[in-house]
This record gives sequence, structure tokens and C-alpha cells, in this order.
Amino acid sequence: MKFYEYKAHEIFRKYGILVPRGVLASKPEDIVDPPLPAAVKAQVLIGGRGKAGGIKFANTVEEAREAARAILGMTIGPYTVKQVYAQEMLDIAQELYLSITIDRSARAPLLMASATGGMEIESVPEKSIFRIHLPPLVGLQPYVLRALAKKLALPKDVASQVSDIARKAFALFEDEDAELVEINPLAVLKDGRVMAGDAKLVVDDNAEYRHPEYAELPQDRTPLEEEAHDKGITFIQLDGDIGVIANGAGLTMATLDVLNLKGGKGGAFLDLGGTDDPEKVKQAFEILLKARPSVILLNIFGGITKADTVATGVKEALKEMNIKVPIVARIKGVNEDRAREILRGIGHPADTMEEAAELAVKVKAGGA
Amino acid sequence: MAVLLDAKTKLLVQGITGHQGQFHTRAMLDYGTKVVAGTSPGKGGTTVEGVPVFDSCFEAVDATGANTSIVFVPAPYAKDAAIEAIEAGVELLVIITERIPFHDCLDIVPYARAKGCRVIGPNCPGLISPGKAKAGIMPSHIFRPGDVGVISRSGTLTYEIVNAITQAGFGQSTCLGIGGDPVIGTSMPEALELLAKDPETKRIVVVGEIGGTTEEETAKRAKRIRKPVFAYVAGRTAPPGKRMGHAGAIISRGMGTAESKIKAFEAAGVPVAAYPVEIAKLLHDND
Repeated sequence: MKFYEYKAHEIFRKYGILVPRGVLASKPEDIVDPPLPAAVKAQVLIGGRGKAGGIKFANTVEEAREAARAILGMTIGPYTVKQVYAQEMLDIAQELYLSITIDRSARAPLLMASATGGMEIESVPEKSIFRIHLPPLVGLQPYVLRALAKKLALPKDVASQVSDIARKAFALFEDEDAELVEINPLAVLKDGRVMAGDAKLVVDDNAEYRHPEYAELPQDRTPLEEEAHDKGITFIQLDGDIGVIANGAGLTMATLDVLNLKGGKGGAFLDLGGTDDPEKVKQAFEILLKARPSVILLNIFGGITKADTVATGVKEALKEMNIKVPIVARIKGVNEDRAREILRGIGHPADTMEEAAELAVKVKAGGA
Repeated sequence: MAVLLDAKTKLLVQGITGHQGQFHTRAMLDYGTKVVAGTSPGKGGTTVEGVPVFDSCFEAVDATGANTSIVFVPAPYAKDAAIEAIEAGVELLVIITERIPFHDCLDIVPYARAKGCRVIGPNCPGLISPGKAKAGIMPSHIFRPGDVGVISRSGTLTYEIVNAITQAGFGQSTCLGIGGDPVIGTSMPEALELLAKDPETKRIVVVGEIGGTTEEETAKRAKRIRKPVFAYVAGRTAPPGKRMGHAGAIISRGMGTAESKIKAFEAAGVPVAAYPVEIAKLLHDND
């Protein structure tokens, strides 16, 4: 789960981390008493908004509204800007960097910090970034913070504020099931306060059930992807026009790869996972049909998922939606004979994944 | 002797009364695995497929001497189940459950390690030593005893590749489905070491996918072992930043791409198959 900037700020504030003041607006007139001077920023879930013209500066309420008028409705990447955040401009003396993320190899949280943050973080040499694993089970211990202050050569009053923020950021990382907590810049202000100049938060999708308050927040999904998500179906829209259904993430990716090697291009794809419920298969298939693929490539290797269950779901969805799309079906595993029987007359059968991909490309070109 | 499973393995099934637990208990019994007990809180005293059910792991271990556990418990309760099994003293814990928050695994995995318990998974198909035993959910009929060790982050893609290996006339010593999540009990390089030491394994097939850097680390290890290693990497055409279903399968910040993994394997002298079935051809060429 990703968060809009204003929402991430709100959560950081809840943990006692200082963030700039700001007001959220979906119409220019919503901006009544903004902190001034202000940076008026487009609320989108992808980076690069500055370059796209999604950040403007304002000295007066009028200018802030003017900026909002220009930014609202703007297209940034695949998104239309629906909200802006007018945020206090900071008087920054030094920009630091701080983040906590998960290191898969070490199987431990990784804290990273740098005395040079802000826009420069990408170009900071690897060796001047402080990196330390946080010990499992016991959490953040004071030695980590001592080492951090020393490595960044922070003056005492700054060090104590940074330590306090790091401790709170770790609490947030743990309690919110975060994959990433990033503060960049971690701003040392001219008045001596240390503040999260910007706050980035990504929360583990698998932990959604523990944070129902986030379930309603918008994510970077297309409307069809959103519909699939609500039904608990893994569905992603890609550029191509061959719809792919497979079971399991690895097999789904491999199917797209094989299709590509055979000269085709995967469009929307569906991962049925370990589904063993014809109704769920039917729902998933209906979503795929709505994406209007020109051909559907079905590649199932049944272990938990029984092949005939998938076939039944596919057949019923086709019947109900009254849509004619050519289907290339390759079904292996438990009850594969029964599945073939069910799909007789509907699809083009194939024995292997390679054969199925080739056939899908041929069918699309009208050659089969 | 095979890797991790042997004649002394006595398996406990956590969540045995559920649909999956029951189905796979039958399948594992049919395969010859000694399934000695199951747990399902509140259902102690009953049986499933002839296997006695207990309320807790402690009772199950006390009564049956179970030393390995397989977890089918739903994600919200999986951490509790895992820690209970570790405390009850199992030596090997196979977690099949998918969609467990990784913060829970940040507790389970180091805790198991501190207690001397090996974890496989989560979000994995488990493990099988063909002809001997399985503690997992893979379709048994595609496996055949042999000398190819298989390590995989994926489930169904493993079946695809195992099927190709079997069809080509080879067989498997042990197949380890290590899982696709960010935090797993036994990593790919660790699994490689296990198979490198196993006398029944003569060659090793590694099935990787995009995300993380475990394939790159595995490639480095592969250089140092004497058995030939072959690889397949899924996700060559995955768009950057898009989540592909597994928590693990995500490309970000230019790291963990299929290209970088393939390059690392090739640099280590590990041939990489373009298609899943091509693994069989690579095995043949090296035979």
C-alpha cells in the first residue's frame, strides 16, 4: 500500500515526528488559510511530479489558489491530479536522509542515513551512507543511535533530535507493518529544529487486514485492477493484447516471458493462485474479459488448483457474458482430462506452455 | 538419507481439519510420509484420515514424538502456530500459508533460528524427496527419484520445471520450495549449500524470479561448489515497479531485475534456460 504525501505526513505526525504544516484541497477555494509562503504540490502516487509541473510556489492565498487551479486536473503519468497539498516552506540549514526498510538477505530491518540528503541522495557515494541492521526480536537499541550520530558527525542537539525521530520512525515501521519508512530530506532548520521535510511510507499489502483504516485509500490501480483487488483477485493490466491466465506468480511471469519470446505481448494478466472455487474463477475471468483481450492464453499447472475447476469457471463466465474470444488452453495437473472435456469446442488445446504461446500468437494474427 | 526429510521424520499437520490440511494429509500419507499427528484448537480427540488430532502442538509432540511440522493455518494465525510448534520442540517447520505479513516472519525466522529449528517457507509448496517422503503440497505424480536437486522460489513454476526434468528421463533427489516472500526461513544460497552437501544430489537446478538479490548471492555460491548448477529466471518481461503477485516479485530501484540475475548466473558459469523446458536440454547437454 502506498500513501499520498499528505496522508503519510498525517501518520508520521501521529507518531510524534515533526512534519511541515499544510492544508489539503480538492478545489482552489478550499485553500483558505494556508501556511505562507507555501509549496503547492500535486498529490499523486508516483515520483517526478516536480518535472511535470506539479509543484508551484505561492506567497499569498491568491497565489496558492492560482497554483492549485493550474495543478488540479493536470495529468501526471497515468493519473489525473485530484488533490493538492499546500505546505509550509521550510528554512533549511542542512538536509539529512533517514530510512528504514527490510533487507531480505539479512532478514532484518535496515536503517540507512546520510549527512547529505534531499535531491542529492541518489548521487551520495555508497560509502558515505550509514547502514546498519536492526537486530531481530529486540528492536532498535541505543548503540545504533550512537553509531548513527557519530557517522553523520551530528552536533549534540541535532543528534538527540535525530535519535528521537529514528526511534519514532522504527515504532512506525513496526506498528504500521511498513516496508519502507523514508524521510528525505530530514531537515535541520535554521531555528535548530529537526523536521521530516518529506515523508514516504509503503505498507505491506499482506498486512491490510491489520489496518482496515487504510483499505479504503486510493492505490495506483486502474479501475479494473481496483475491482479485482476488492474481490481478492490478482489482476494486472499491461500494454499488450493477449490476456493471460495462469496460477501462481512464478508461472504467470514465466508464461508472459514465453509469450514474449514467441513474438506475442501479454496484456492483462490474472494469477488464480491456489483458487479452488469455480465461482472465484468465473469472477476473475469476467474481469479479464472486461479488459477486452484479442486472445486469451490459459496456462494452468494444477497442484492445489484442480484443472476441471478452472475449466468450469471459464466456461460459465463465457456463457454468462456472451463474449466470443478465442481461447488457447493448456491445462496440466489434477483432473486435466476432465478439464479438456469441459473445454471441448471452446478453446484451442495445447500440450505445452511453449506450444500454447505460439498458438496464441498465431490465433491473434488470424492464422489458426 | 535425503535432505531434511528421512526415515525418522514424524510429521505434525497444523490446521489438519481445514480443507487444505485434510486434502494434503491424505496425499502425504499416500506418498509414504509418516504423518503422526494433527492440530486444530478445540478439535482434540478426533481423527482426520486416521491421524489423531490434538488441541495443541505440545500435546501432539508429547503423544507422538512429532519432530517436523507443516503449517496450513490461515495467515492471521500463522505466527502463533509457528511459534507454538517451535516451542513444542519441532526441528523442521514447513510453512505453506501464503500472504503472511512479513513483519510476522521477522519474528518467526530469527526465533526459530535461536531455538535451533529450521524453517522452510512461508508461501511455498514445501519439500519432497521423491520415492521417500514429502512435507508439502506438490502433485506427487510428476516427480521421480533421481539425482537432480531442485530449489525454487515459486510453486507452480516448479511443477512445470520438475515435469520437464522427469519427462526428459531424469529424476529428483530433493525438491525444496523455499517460497517467494521477502522474509523466508531458508534462503536460496542456504538451500544450495544443503544440496551441495547431499550425496544423492549430483546436479542442481535453481528456479529464481525477479525481486531481491538472492539469485545474485546464489550465483556467487554456485561458483564455489563442485556440482553443476543450472538456472531459470522468471520475470524477464515484468514491467518495473509492478507487483506481480508474490510479495517477492517486484522490481524496484534498478535492483533485482531478471537481467541482473541472468548475468550473475552466467558470470558464475551457471547456464540459464530461456524457456522452462529448456532446463531439461541443459541437463542433457551436461550429462
